[in-house]
This record gives sequence, structure tokens and C-alpha cells, in this order.
Amino acid sequence: MATRLVEVEKLKKWFPIKGGVFGATVASVKAVDEVNYFIDQGETLSLVGESGSGKTTTGRTMLKLLQPTGGKIIYKGKDITNFTPNQMRPLRRNMQIMFQDPYGSLNPRMPVGDIIQEPLDVHSIGTRRERRQAVATMMETVGLRPEYEKRYPHEFSGGQRQRIGVARALIINPELLVLDEPISALDVSIQSQIINLLQELQQRLNLTYLFIAHDLAVVRHMSDRVAVMYLGKIVETAENDELFDHPLHPYTQALLSAVPVPDPEVKRERIILQGDVPSPVNPPSGCHFRTRCPYAMPICKEQEPLVIEVAPGHTVACHLLTKK
Amino acid sequence: MDNREVLVDIKNLRTFFYTEDGVVPAVDGIDLTIHRGEVVGLVGESGCGKSVTALSIMRLIPDPPGKIIEGEIFFHEEDLLKKNEEEMRAIRGDKISMIFQEPMTSLNPVYTIGDQISEAITLHQKIDSAEAKKRTVEMIHLVGIPEPERRFGQYPHEMSGGMRQRVMIAMALSSNPELLISDEATTALDVTIQAQILDLMRGLQKKLGMAILIITHNLAVVAEMAETIAIAYAGKIVENASAKEIFKSPRHPYTYGLLTSIPKFTEKKTNEPLPAIEGMVPSPYHMPKGCRFNPRCPFVTEKCREEEPEIVELTPGHLVRCFHPIES
Amino acid sequence: MAEKAIEAKKKGQKSSEDYTYVGMVFHRLTRHKLAMVGAFMLIFILLFVFVGPLIWRADPNAQIEGLGGLFNPASRAHPLGTDDYGRDVLARMFFGGRISLFIGFISAISSTLAGAFVGLVAGYYGGWADNILMRFTDAMLSIPTFPLLIALASVLGKGVWQIILVIVLFGWMTDARLVRGLVLSLKEQEYVEAARAIGASANRIMWRHLFPNTLAVLIVSTTIGIGGAIIYEASISFLGFGVQAPFASWGNMLQNAQQFIWNSPRLIIYPGLAIFMTVLGFNFFGDGLRDAIDPKLKL
Repeated sequence: MATRLVEVEKLKKWFPIKGGVFGATVASVKAVDEVNYFIDQGETLSLVGESGSGKTTTGRTMLKLLQPTGGKIIYKGKDITNFTPNQMRPLRRNMQIMFQDPYGSLNPRMPVGDIIQEPLDVHSIGTRRERRQAVATMMETVGLRPEYEKRYPHEFSGGQRQRIGVARALIINPELLVLDEPISALDVSIQSQIINLLQELQQRLNLTYLFIAHDLAVVRHMSDRVAVMYLGKIVETAENDELFDHPLHPYTQALLSAVPVPDPEVKRERIILQGDVPSPVNPPSGCHFRTRCPYAMPICKEQEPLVIEVAPGHTVACHLLTKK
Repeated sequence: MDNREVLVDIKNLRTFFYTEDGVVPAVDGIDLTIHRGEVVGLVGESGCGKSVTALSIMRLIPDPPGKIIEGEIFFHEEDLLKKNEEEMRAIRGDKISMIFQEPMTSLNPVYTIGDQISEAITLHQKIDSAEAKKRTVEMIHLVGIPEPERRFGQYPHEMSGGMRQRVMIAMALSSNPELLISDEATTALDVTIQAQILDLMRGLQKKLGMAILIITHNLAVVAEMAETIAIAYAGKIVENASAKEIFKSPRHPYTYGLLTSIPKFTEKKTNEPLPAIEGMVPSPYHMPKGCRFNPRCPFVTEKCREEEPEIVELTPGHLVRCFHPIES
Repeated sequence: MAEKAIEAKKKGQKSSEDYTYVGMVFHRLTRHKLAMVGAFMLIFILLFVFVGPLIWRADPNAQIEGLGGLFNPASRAHPLGTDDYGRDVLARMFFGGRISLFIGFISAISSTLAGAFVGLVAGYYGGWADNILMRFTDAMLSIPTFPLLIALASVLGKGVWQIILVIVLFGWMTDARLVRGLVLSLKEQEYVEAARAIGASANRIMWRHLFPNTLAVLIVSTTIGIGGAIIYEASISFLGFGVQAPFASWGNMLQNAQQFIWNSPRLIIYPGLAIFMTVLGFNFFGDGLRDAIDPKLKL
């Protein structure tokens, strides 16, 4: 029986846009607009979406790096939505994040050994000797030579820096790791190395991943379950194979059809979406996707579709399916 | 064999960068042929020299620190490397156009897109501004932007990434060039927008008949678009063949490694690790002796470490640079 | 890239892992030409003011009787001559230098650190803390310094610490704004977010992550401030601050000598040259230090 590690209910993150003489809030960027999902221990849930979908903001809000505007975050049964930074601090040992940018995510003026050690320092874990030992072990685990601990980030390649990022995230043995596009900035041949590393670590350390990405081939390779986001909402969630083989939401279908495959013989049946993603400040009424949806109906303008479970573990938010 | 006329013929191009830390042999002996109307893909990772090749064709290499130290780039039998700046200016944007990865920085934020496209037109064609405006609106329409007249007066920041890229394409194609160079033009775009842009490029290519040199690191994109693919590694071309050949029977270990290591979108999840290529792209200041791929090659032999292989035509139209190419 | 260090090791050079942090900075400094020039200049000046009086023993305040003792050119008795009161210039240069260097260095560093602290807190916390601190800074910048100085003169009186206090009081604002601006952009960097994700406290983020990345700017500010402080001390001495006659500081020697520019230009040249060398020395050394602590810069 899988333990539910984290559950998110109607999570909202709106960013205020201030204007006027007195700086009142005139509008909001509705980056994350009432999303629901859960992640069981040991599994990988992927959040996919394009720019403006809100996937990155969701990951950060779940970790309370951003304060939620609404909704609930339940971690191991505890409602942490309104935890203060002090209450969060011990929890931070359990939930960590790995960033996309191998260049900006490491302090250029800190030697990498210190960077990796910092989580131990912050939480006062172990003696100084034990910490240095842990750093050396961690570096080896992620495929870096421990002798390099006094080097600075700029002396490493992008792939190596991502390994440093993983080491930093995992050194305090978290249970949950949010991976925010960890390989997008890397060369193709290095991406596979890091993917393998992440999977090996997950098995070895029994980690739970929230994998945020836009590369669907990688998502297919890595995930147990996938949630598709569009303009702040989750439009479809399903198990890996189920989603890729039987996508139900029109956006999911278009998204999957748009992915190019490295095979010149395959003729893709493309569903080309017209137009651009609307602004998250003023998303379309009713279903956010209706302005680009090839099957839009009058009801889509009036009502937001509810999330329904069409098959075990497969949920969709679309009027096409509620009709049935 | 390709019956079409040869449009661009790059022979033994060497473009080096002379920096404080040493010499970077960014392009070190590249040969590439582009025929009229052909779509050629130039694929490689960082440091392989693909962008520098494109800039060399356009003679846009910053000097210092870069220098084209050897080679010939024939465009219709004339060596572009022997032309002076004025002659090159007449060619750039007119006969050979280029689009880049970041449309936001390639477009001037203080001019409307209509003005920028018109400028591209009037630079090379002797027509008055009213005529240029008409052509601009046609171009905006051609690249699939709705309400072209209204868009004429918009600024780059008012448009999305996909739109801006369309504007770039409009500018690039306004003079009906013979060659369009696309340098990672879709890399920064969302996958659905990328699909739109690739679709657009394919349609325009059929309609206008220009040749396209697609530079990218994305094998899937190039599989869709290119007829011929050249794989670059550390400044050299290591394999060159038709798209079908490259994907069906890659002969160079690097090509083979790349193809097998990328996750397959169409395959179900297994829990097997990917067959990744070990090691990293070599530092340009410390190129390995012998074959540049040898430190990472699973089939490396002593010879690979000592000598550099030459490019060899294994089967008609399939060129490989390797002492022990993979059996097809 | 990490292979580069292995290559360097093979050539017998050391790479970054062989040193402690201080050791590494020192090592890099010694390879920086400008820093070494600056260091030599400063060492020379320090030797001059501290060792000098042991070699040339003269009372800087002793006046020679009679008009004949005034404005003497260089002689065996007085290698740099005498001033308008017949005092030995060389001796005054020694002791004046000590005071000026002390005041200059301490006030420059103090005002930089004070300003940096304000800027760090304002920039990191933002919101009302930022507002209050910055409005305070603006207010201080807007106060007309002259009337305030006169008021302070009567309250504080003479003395070295008083003048240091005054210089810091009027000098910290520049660094505060500088640092605040820098921190505003630095705190958006992902590594700061990473530190928060680990659970680092605000203090830790400010001092361990943000402050080291402002050091480059602060070093430059300090070195510029030293010269400014030395001169500033002199320019307000007439209000009754700082070093009062008959005691010498380079600043007041310079100030005092202005009226004798036609008689005895030496009296301007000596302290002027000394201040010039000091400022230049600190600037060069400061440049070197800034480069030495930047791990990305190759030295």
C-alpha cells in the first residue's frame, strides 16, 4: 500500500500586479490556479506544460519557496500551508529542489565542497569531520572526484554542475525532490548521463520525485504518472503509458502530436494549435484552453470543466468527456 | 546522387579563435555541400562548430578574436571568403539569410516589426516605401500571422516568442533568398509553437524553393526537416549522409551513441538505464590527440589515439570519419 | 575544465585545492602586478612613517627661534626643510602620516562597513524595512553638511575618534545605496533561492551568500574612500575638528601650505605627494585584492 507523501488541494499562486499611485493591486498573474495532485512515496510524478503553464511555480509553491495564495499543501498528513519559515526549517530536510540553470544555481564565490556541505551546516548535522566525509561520499556518488571539492563552480562543465546541484539536494537525505527542468540546459549526450544518475539515485535512496519538464521523451522515460498543465490548471493526469497511449484532453493530444521524433520515416499526424498561449493575467473564461481548442463548444465559454476520473487513475478536465 | 545545382560548397573550412587562454579550433576542416532547394541539417552539441560554420558563411565572425584561416566557401562558384565587406553586405539578407535562436534580441525593441521588415526589403530592393509596406504586409501574411495590417504597427515586446520568430522568418525571406540559415531557431520555443514554425518553414520551402541549412542539436527536429544530415563533433564533420541513412544505419560511433542514448518518446517506460555516451565534449583548449572522439568511444583502438581519421565515402553519399565505422 | 587543473599540476603549478582561502588570495595577490606595485608603495609609506622617526629623531613641533629658521630649504639639519613656524618638515611628515593613515583607513573602512550593513538589510528584506532605511539614507544625504558640522563641532570637540565619527557619519550613505542596489539584483539569483530551499536563515543568506558577492564593490569603495577621508579631515579642521595645530597631519599640512604656494612650494609638494602615493597605493592594492578574491578571474 503506497504511502501518500504529499498532496496538494486547490493550490493557488497568484502574483499581484501593482499599479496606480498607491501601488494597489490592479490585476494578478494567475500562475497556478487551483491545482490538485498527489505524489506517493517512491514514485515520479511529472508536471509537463509549456511556458506559462505554471509548472515551475507549482513546484516552488509546493516547497513553500513561494507562499501559496490559496489551497492546501499536505505533507505526510500534516497541513503545512501556513507553516512559518521556522516551522518549515526542520521540514526542509525532507524536501529539496534541483534547479534548471547550472550556472546561476551555484554561488560563484563558494568552493563546491562548501556548496554541497551547506545543508549539513544549516541543519547542524554531524561533526565537522563527518560533514566533510559526507561531502566526499556524496561527490563520489554523483560521479565527481572528491579531490575537486575546493574548486569553484566556474571550473566545472554544465553537466558537472548539475551533479553538484544533485549532491547538494541529496546530502541531507530528503524524501521528496523537486526537479525543475534539471537537464534542459545540458548537451544531449550529457542529458542521458544525468537521467541515469537521477534514476539510480531514486532507486538507491528511495526518493520521490516531482519532475518538471517540457521534453516529453524524457518524461516518458522517467515518470510513473504524468500531469499536464495549461495556463495554471492541470488538464489531465494519468499513468505514464495510459497518458501517452490514450490522451483524452485536446491539449494533451495536440501536445503529444507536436513532439518531433528522431525518425525521418514517421509521418506525424500533427494537431497544429492556432494562435498563442493567452496571458495568465487574463485567462479565457470557462475552460482556459477553449480559445485554441479544435473542439470548443458553447459550454466551454460559460463553465470551467470539472476534473473527472474517466478511468482508474486517469483524470481529465474537459466538457467533451463530462457529456458522456 | 543529387542532380540539383550546387549552391554552397564549403571546402576545408578552418575558423579559429585566438583567445587569452589559447587557440580554439572552433571549425577545423569542415566540408559541406548544399544543393539548390536542399534542406541540410547540421547537428551537434556545444563546441562542435555548427554556429561558427554558419557565421563563417555569412562572414560574420568577430575579428578579433576569430579568424577564418583556411578554406573556401563557394556560393555559385564564387568564393565568399575572397569577397570584400561591401560585396558581402549585398549578399547577406538578400541571397543568403539567417535566423537566430533568440528573436527578442535579434529584433530592435524600439521599432515596429513592420518597419523592421520593410527595412530588410528596401535594403536590397529598389522600391518605394509604399510598395515596401505592401510587400511587408504580404510577408507578414505569408508567415501565418493573422491580421497583418494591424500587426505591422506592433512592437516586438507585444508579440509572443512564436510570433517574433515568424517575424524573423518574414524578414529573412523577404528578398526570396536562395539559402536560409536557421541557427537553433526553434530551440527556445515551446514544443507546440516549434511544431507550428517547422510546419511553416516546410511550407515556405516548398513554395519558394530555397535551400535551408538547419543548425540544431535536436535530432528529432532534423529528422523531420532535413534531407541530408551532417553530424559535427569538436570542429569536424564526423558523418554526412541522407536523413534516412543517418537514422537507419548510423556508421560513426558518436552518431550511433547519440541516437541510442536519447529517450524514445514512442517507447514504453522500461526501468533500464539509457546507454549514455561516457565523458564530456573535449575542451577546445585541450583537444585529444588522434580522433577527437576517442576518449569517449566504446570502440576505441590504439590507432584512434594516435592518428586522426580522414573522411571516407563508405557507401555512395554516406561519408564517415572513423577508422572502424559501425557495420550497417 | 577540471582537467585543466590536472594539467597545471603536471607542470608543477599549484591549483586552487592546495591552499586555504586566505592562502589562495595571498598567492593570487602576489601574482597581480598592479597589486604588488601598490603593496610596495604602501609598505614604503608605512616604513616611512613608523621607522622613519627612529632614524631621524626630531621634534615635529619644535620651532626654531627667529625668522631665519622659517621656510628653510633642504639642509643637513632639516632634510626636507622647515615650515612657516620653523618646524622640521620631515619629522612632521612622519607623525602627520601616522595620523592621516590611521584616520583615513579606519574611517574609510568603517563607513563602508556601516553603509554595507544598512544596504544589505534594506536590500534583502525589502518592504517597509527597505523603505525606512532608504528614506533615512536619503534624509542624511539631504542634510546640509556644513551647518551640521558646526553644530557637531561644539558638541564633539577635538580628537581623532571624533573626526572618524564625523567622516563615517557623512560617508556611509553612498555605500548603503550601492550595496542595496547590488543586493536587489543578487537576491534574484538562483543560488540564493537554493539557500532558502535548504533552510538557510536570513542571516546566513545575507552574510554567507550575498555579502561575499558585494566585496568587490566594497573594496573599491574603501580604497577610494581612504584618500577622500584624508583630505576631508584637513578640510574641516578649520572648524575645530580633527588634528589641531601645532600637531601635524598630512591633510592639515597641505591645507596650511596653500597660502605659501609662491614662497615655499615644497610645503605643498611633500604632503601632497605623500597623500597621492597613499591613495594610489591603496587603489592599486585594492584593485588587486578585488581581482584576487574573484574566483573566476584568472591570475
